Amino acid sequence: MSIELGHFALILAFAVATVSTIGGYMFWRRGQRVALVLSQGAVLQFVLVAAAFAALIQAFIASDFSLALAVNNSHSLKPLIYKISGVWGNHEGSMVLWILILVAFGAMVATFGRRLPSDLMTLVLATQSLLVAAFGGFTLFTSNPFARMVPPPLEGNDLNPVLQDVGLAIHPPLLYAGYVGFSICFSFAIAALISGRIDQAWARWVRPWTMLSWTFLTLGIAMGSYWAYYELGWGGWWFWDPVENASFMPWLAGTALLHSALVMEKRNALKIWTIFLSIITFSLSLLGTFLVRSGILTSVHTFASDPTRGLVILALLALVIGGAFFLFALRASSLRQGGLFAPVSREGALIVNNLFLATAVGAVLVGTLYPLLLDALVGTTISVGAPFFNLTFGALMAPLLVVLPFGPFLAWKRADVMAAAQRLMGAAALAVFLTILISALGGVSISLAPLGLLLGFWVAFGAIAELVDRSKLGRVPLGESWRRLAGLPRSAFSTAIAHFGMGVTVLGIVATSAWETELVTTLNPGETAELSGYSIAFDSFSQTAAQNYVADEGHFTITGPDGKTRPMIAERRTYVATGTPTTEAAIETYGFSQLYLQLGEPLDDTHVLRVWFKPYITLIWLGALLMAGAGFLSLTDRRMRIGVPKRVAHAAAEPAE
Amino acid sequence: MIRLRVLLIALAMSVALPGLAVGPGEILPDPVLEQRARDISAGLRCLVCQNQSIDDSDADLARDLRVLVRERLVAGDTDEQVRQYLVDRYGEYVLLNPRLNAHTILLWVAAPLLLLVGLGAVVIAARRRNSADGADLDDDEAAVLAELQDGNGRAD
Repeated sequence: MSIELGHFALILAFAVATVSTIGGYMFWRRGQRVALVLSQGAVLQFVLVAAAFAALIQAFIASDFSLALAVNNSHSLKPLIYKISGVWGNHEGSMVLWILILVAFGAMVATFGRRLPSDLMTLVLATQSLLVAAFGGFTLFTSNPFARMVPPPLEGNDLNPVLQDVGLAIHPPLLYAGYVGFSICFSFAIAALISGRIDQAWARWVRPWTMLSWTFLTLGIAMGSYWAYYELGWGGWWFWDPVENASFMPWLAGTALLHSALVMEKRNALKIWTIFLSIITFSLSLLGTFLVRSGILTSVHTFASDPTRGLVILALLALVIGGAFFLFALRASSLRQGGLFAPVSREGALIVNNLFLATAVGAVLVGTLYPLLLDALVGTTISVGAPFFNLTFGALMAPLLVVLPFGPFLAWKRADVMAAAQRLMGAAALAVFLTILISALGGVSISLAPLGLLLGFWVAFGAIAELVDRSKLGRVPLGESWRRLAGLPRSAFSTAIAHFGMGVTVLGIVATSAWETELVTTLNPGETAELSGYSIAFDSFSQTAAQNYVADEGHFTITGPDGKTRPMIAERRTYVATGTPTTEAAIETYGFSQLYLQLGEPLDDTHVLRVWFKPYITLIWLGALLMAGAGFLSLTDRRMRIGVPKRVAHAAAEPAE
Repeated sequence: MIRLRVLLIALAMSVALPGLAVGPGEILPDPVLEQRARDISAGLRCLVCQNQSIDDSDADLARDLRVLVRERLVAGDTDEQVRQYLVDRYGEYVLLNPRLNAHTILLWVAAPLLLLVGLGAVVIAARRRNSADGADLDDDEAAVLAELQDGNGRAD
């Protein structure tokens, strides 16, 4: 019964969205009352989709195997949390989650955006409804999650064991919140193009939503990376897999958008480009979500797909993205550029940022799609893998990281690069010193390591240098410095923290790539192995059974360089329902470094053991957490608050930051 | 040649039974040679896996390719000869880092080309902005200009 109610709620949401779309586009000039109706429609869509989603969750929790989706992706023995996360561990269910987040963002705009001009509000919500109608329709007509199975089996087929992890409970919702959040920027861009209302107020409106989505996407990608790291069992944390690329491209484009919207908001410049980026960012999100499902790309993330579904997806993508760019082509030329500035200025620096980030997006896109196109056009199959991306992407990021610390030191309109360089001398000296010190102590195993370290330290210290400089630390009494620091706007801190986080991530990547050590050996209980000053004693081997799997367990005692011992347990599991084996690595954190232990297959009478020492690897994700934290901090800044833009009329008279 | 037969059998089966990433038995006694083998392996695709290098993969085929790489190295091949040996047997598809040739030229020039085009667009936009002086300013631009002229000191 509840399943039919859920199905009906989704159909109703689709109907409401369709009506909102048509009504919104027809009557957007009619003022406040239309906007009010669309706002209520947006909230209604949210309530309906939430009800549909709740019906699915309820069926999974109750192990209702008359629901085909539950049969295919659940099992009555699964722990509760994986029953719930199993709802979106498949194509149909994840579509409902996707739409839920889409309508949640629509409802948020309707709720918090009361001060938006009514025409803009109507057009934004109409566009958002168009997306809901398109993808809701796709879900209902080609991938119905509410299909029943007659007769219902006694037991389900279980969820892929690799997905039975807290990672699945957190990673997709965060990632989708990021992806789908960019739909708001897209809707705002479309609304701006239709209404012609493209000004600083618009940028002010879009930036908080961009920031929110970007923050979620940052968390989602970092979370996915850490999940792959501990789950896949050999400690890789980024594979340049097509699906990773698909999530990374919107992140890069979103990062560019954050920076260009800043220029538009403060200086009324880069308007066409910012609108273009808003469209591109969401288009890349769509590409990411749906290219995978179309069956064109194969990857570990691929959900089972059939050709008709693929065609519908491609048609939808073409319609949404193509339509947006058509509108853009029609209207962009009528935009007037404002805000004059010299090449060396904050604006100029942000353009450099956008140039490199946009090129990186293009490079990753070409690398991801090239093998497909070549195969389709010429019939030659080639692989474009990690070595290619590392080289191309690295070569594009290095110059960006070199100029990054200068950005916040440059004034708007016209800046003095020598003065900025002077104020960065301390950071540069510190970075050079530490790089030489570490290279001397750690040895240079790969030739680019010192360069990477230098860049990482430079970016991290350069970010701090800005705060030091603005607080006049060392030049005025300490109390005065503290007062100045406390008086800085939150946006200054969030910029510094985000850039610092970027540096931290770079340091983690460089350190772990350059100084990782590995040991592959056979070991019996009672024997001991050594790696990088850690002694690994194999205490015992046992077999255990849990709720839905049986496991071989290796118990180890690690003695660190400090002489202290810690226990570690590495497992090999076999899931009962499907007989699928997985390895559960044991990971122990020492400071910022990690010891990674993987129990291999039993070999004759002994056990294969793989141990990695990964120096400073956690910095990779800590840096990402810092970036996301900076995003949230920035959202609490008074000037980013979503209700503020009404006051923007006199903001133009405020001195630029 | 025995090894080759094993390889063919593995290919014929081509089933990714859970095996081992680099196993203890495979490692070469010479650490320099072993390091070269690891570096080469990281750039070779495991043909039956999803976007994994043979260095990372658990599949049997990946193991056989790893052993093959080591055999060629012990036999005295250079890194490039080992890669060529594998390309001769499996095609360019086996290389994760595609080599520059007629088919991949666009791939390799794409990033520099995009950067140049972007740079060109920025320069042209800047020129156009600068050339729009005085003559045909509209009200907005005049206001911006006025702000720029009297607002130099307010930038920070």
